[in-house]
Amino acid sequence: MNICVCVKRVPLTGGKITLSDDQRALSTKHLGFTVSPHEECAVEEAVQIVEREGGSVTVLTLGPAEAEEQLRDMMAIGADRAIHLVTDGAEWDPQGTAAAIVTAIRAQQEAPDLILFGNESADAGNYQVAIRVAHALGMPSVTGVKAISFEGGNAVCEQEVAAGRDIYELPLPAVVSVKEGINLPRYPSVPGRLRAKRKPLEASNPQRPAAQLEMVRLVLPPDSGKQVQVLGSGAEAAPAVVAVLAELGVL
Amino acid sequence: MSSSSGPLPASQSIVIIGAGIVGNSLAYHLTRLGQHDITLIDKGPLPNPGGSTGHASNFIFPVDHSKEMTQLTLESMRQYKDLGVFIESGGIEVARGEERMQELQRRVSSAISWGIEPVSIVTADEVKELVPFINEQLIVGGFYTPGAGVVDSLRAATIMRERAQEAGLTVSANTEVLGFDVRGGRLRGVRTTRGDIATERVVIACGCWSPKLARMAGASIPIAPSVHQMIDIGPVPRFAGAKGMIEYPIIRDVDTNMYERQEGTGLEIGSYAHRPIMMEAEDIPSIEESALTPTELPFTQHDFDPQMEIALELMPEIVGDESVGVKYAINGLLSVSYDGLPLLGETPEVRGLWSAAAIWIKEGPGAGKTVAELMVHGESEIDVFESNIARSYPSQKTRAHVFARAGEGFNKMYGIVHPSEQWESDRGVRVAPFHERERQLGAVFYEAAGWERPVWYESNAGLLEEYGDRISRRESEWEARWWSPIINAEHLAMRDRAAIVDLTAFAIFDVTGRGALDVVQRLAMRQMDVPVGRVVYTPLLTPSGTFKQDLTIMRMADDVFRVVTGGAYGMSDLKWFKDHLPEDGSAQVHDQTSAWTTLGLWGPRARDILSSISRGDVSHAGFPFAQWRNIEVGPLEVLASRISYVGDLGWELYVPIEQGARLWDVLVEAGEPQGMIAAGSGVYGSTGRLEKGYRAYGAELDGEYNVVEAGMAWGKVKDQDFIGKAAHVGHREEAPAAHMCTLTVEDHASASGVKRYMLGKEPILTPDGAPITDSKGRRSYVTSAGSGPSLGKYILMSYLPPEHARIGERLLVQYMGERYPVTVQSTDATSLFDPDNSRIRS
Repeated sequence: MNICVCVKRVPLTGGKITLSDDQRALSTKHLGFTVSPHEECAVEEAVQIVEREGGSVTVLTLGPAEAEEQLRDMMAIGADRAIHLVTDGAEWDPQGTAAAIVTAIRAQQEAPDLILFGNESADAGNYQVAIRVAHALGMPSVTGVKAISFEGGNAVCEQEVAAGRDIYELPLPAVVSVKEGINLPRYPSVPGRLRAKRKPLEASNPQRPAAQLEMVRLVLPPDSGKQVQVLGSGAEAAPAVVAVLAELGVL
Repeated sequence: MSSSSGPLPASQSIVIIGAGIVGNSLAYHLTRLGQHDITLIDKGPLPNPGGSTGHASNFIFPVDHSKEMTQLTLESMRQYKDLGVFIESGGIEVARGEERMQELQRRVSSAISWGIEPVSIVTADEVKELVPFINEQLIVGGFYTPGAGVVDSLRAATIMRERAQEAGLTVSANTEVLGFDVRGGRLRGVRTTRGDIATERVVIACGCWSPKLARMAGASIPIAPSVHQMIDIGPVPRFAGAKGMIEYPIIRDVDTNMYERQEGTGLEIGSYAHRPIMMEAEDIPSIEESALTPTELPFTQHDFDPQMEIALELMPEIVGDESVGVKYAINGLLSVSYDGLPLLGETPEVRGLWSAAAIWIKEGPGAGKTVAELMVHGESEIDVFESNIARSYPSQKTRAHVFARAGEGFNKMYGIVHPSEQWESDRGVRVAPFHERERQLGAVFYEAAGWERPVWYESNAGLLEEYGDRISRRESEWEARWWSPIINAEHLAMRDRAAIVDLTAFAIFDVTGRGALDVVQRLAMRQMDVPVGRVVYTPLLTPSGTFKQDLTIMRMADDVFRVVTGGAYGMSDLKWFKDHLPEDGSAQVHDQTSAWTTLGLWGPRARDILSSISRGDVSHAGFPFAQWRNIEVGPLEVLASRISYVGDLGWELYVPIEQGARLWDVLVEAGEPQGMIAAGSGVYGSTGRLEKGYRAYGAELDGEYNVVEAGMAWGKVKDQDFIGKAAHVGHREEAPAAHMCTLTVEDHASASGVKRYMLGKEPILTPDGAPITDSKGRRSYVTSAGSGPSLGKYILMSYLPPEHARIGERLLVQYMGERYPVTVQSTDATSLFDPDNSRIRS
């Protein structure tokens, strides 16, 4: 089975977020970069499927030259090859992104049997690209998937809903977006890291279409205030701990 | 016990900034020394405020070629063990080639010299037995230190802080420094986010952030925060059954600038091989902005790719295991100073502002104790003169210089660094007024205190033929490196005729004023109330009667004394004098280093040369030894000082720096008919000095040995009080534990037949090969080594205990894994060359 997984280079946040001077991006001076967590799970899922069923995993991104780092990261955990749609660093809107991905997939000699996405990107969070790609390619699609299996040539996808799980059967080829929790992504091994440096990467420079959706400005939510309260130390802290547990109703 | 809440004290005796291993250790030792009213603040949370201590690899290899660094490390290990946070794992530095094996033999020598035992050279197979997952095919052997180990530095810091709190220490985490209150060059207080504290003493112990804090106060801590990359991989199946945290020796793959060590089920791989990655202290992210901590920066994989290949080759079973993942990878920030040494002591810019910076885990507790002692007693058990923050000249503290040198030094962290190895970056900052003339003579320049100083002149190569067999050649590349036989030829030409020597690197300062005599009298061991016109060579002592420095002082006038000292520690000496000025302002110190240049003129024909161009009386009767005079030399007025560090008749000639080039020309013209040459510092600092048994500060003389042991307690003790007097008088009354001796090497032939020449710091051994330890626990080692061309002997200097300090005593020196016979030739200041000093006093 040939699987294409679409990923996006995003800042690796963990601390306080600050904005760039024009307030249209995060300040990334001190930040590392990663792919969105859902996408990392998508790559892991694809690698596991191919380990079971055979085939190959292609990882695709639309992003700046530096996004090669994320493609190599994904190849380090098992993707076989990469497609890099190189941008000048400007953010593309979901329509433009989807169109570029569709063009790239159509240009592939071997069409993918399954196209995986993360449910949404960790930064923009538009929730649109997977659906737009499915629509353009005329493929069935399910979002928010927490389990994938295969039966008689169909993909069986489990979507998490409030009361339990909805189960969909999709004829292939199909587009599926997955959510964190579908698996536990592996750490790259050192040999995996080193192999990734030599795996094939195909780069092209698509033209950015006029944006239909433009982000005007980011606003930081108000500080949620101090989250940590020190109740004391040693045995003296015990009554305060008991009081808090009682308040929470767990005693 | 004081805690983090509530307002800060309004005033304190001492405020320590930085709660890493250094700050906590310092707080602990200050309280142990009876200090009260101390507050420790950090802008981060506890116990891990986010500095380098929090991500340090925490392993310790005790052996270093520097005595000072080794002593700090040994003291630190002792404290870590006392605190119960040291795991002795052993450690092996592996060699991938023969040059490294030779370096490892040097490390064995250093280990014996500093008393670290056992250590051993091991074969590749023996390494494999200790570390079964290593690919022994890649290595030729190793240097095994069973006492190496791993510490829990955060735990150590916490224990020390808690103990200090029990003794009254106030601790305030999450407290950032906003500024300092400095008035009249003196610290008065510190402003923080939790309020101001009035205090006269602040210690900056904040690692990578130290330069920023120092700048806020108007001082300088010359550090470049630098990235060290490390990764953790795991879980390793082989380590699954590990019973303890550390079961295998640490491997330092020094030829690739890397290390690998097991901890728990993981393997940590670290590197100093990547390009230097440095940043400004001001650009280190805040705690809030950091994904991990401020000093655990995002990993840059491409910088580490080559190191992964290397680790994979060295430990294929573990690193090549597909199931073993890279679980943690950081660009960890640490502190690298411009010369690789710590920065300890009071800053020269701001009185009361102290530095305890550029310290790594292996030196942390030792440095904390040392700085505490310096603050309380004015001296420390471990003499840290090399790490004294006052040592830096202004040009060594600039951003450009610090980053150039820290970057250059970074990749030498595990390098094979020759004792005379020169820096390549940012050279040519301080040049003598006759620099161009020296260059035209083919001078080979080494850097001394930032100065470009000729060590020998290629234009003197013709002398090699003249002196033929009297000049030994060095057959081994290691000893021939950074050396030339021309040095020995220059030496002989000086002894036969005359030589001029560039002494511009001297540091010079004047002590002036009504109280000047009292100042120099208090600092100098020798009598300073001498007639105007006298030059006095004198030790400066520590309160314990050991060496703070040795230097010369000229009495220029009743109330003016000119101090001339070596460049290397000139700025430290300047601070020592400034620190001892009277409060009433009756004496001042003026730095004249950049006002004067100095040329030495020595040799049997020196008087003929000088008299031919001078109007003054330069006869022995008219211008006796240990006098200075202003004389006319050609068109110049020159301050001539009749002393010698090379053991020949002659003068140090001082002129204002703009007249230096003319002085050179006048001397060269007058010297030519006499066969005078220009000689480099190879003669001045090594061959000439060693033939005369002259001790050098930093080699023979330091804070570990006293004046009696150094063989310099001649004459009677002056009546006036001076620092170290009581101790010195005591030393004169007791039998010395060691004597500074001069030895010669009897046979240089190694097992392979190649003649080898020691370069210093090698251990002296008994005839049966045992290390020699004196009654104070100090090992005998070579303090200086060099040729004695006039003697036809190779000279070593070493302290020896009385039972070995006997003329004719035959001993051994261990060099590069072999032992060579040596003989004691002098057990006091009597020199091997011209023991009656008839040349100097002719």
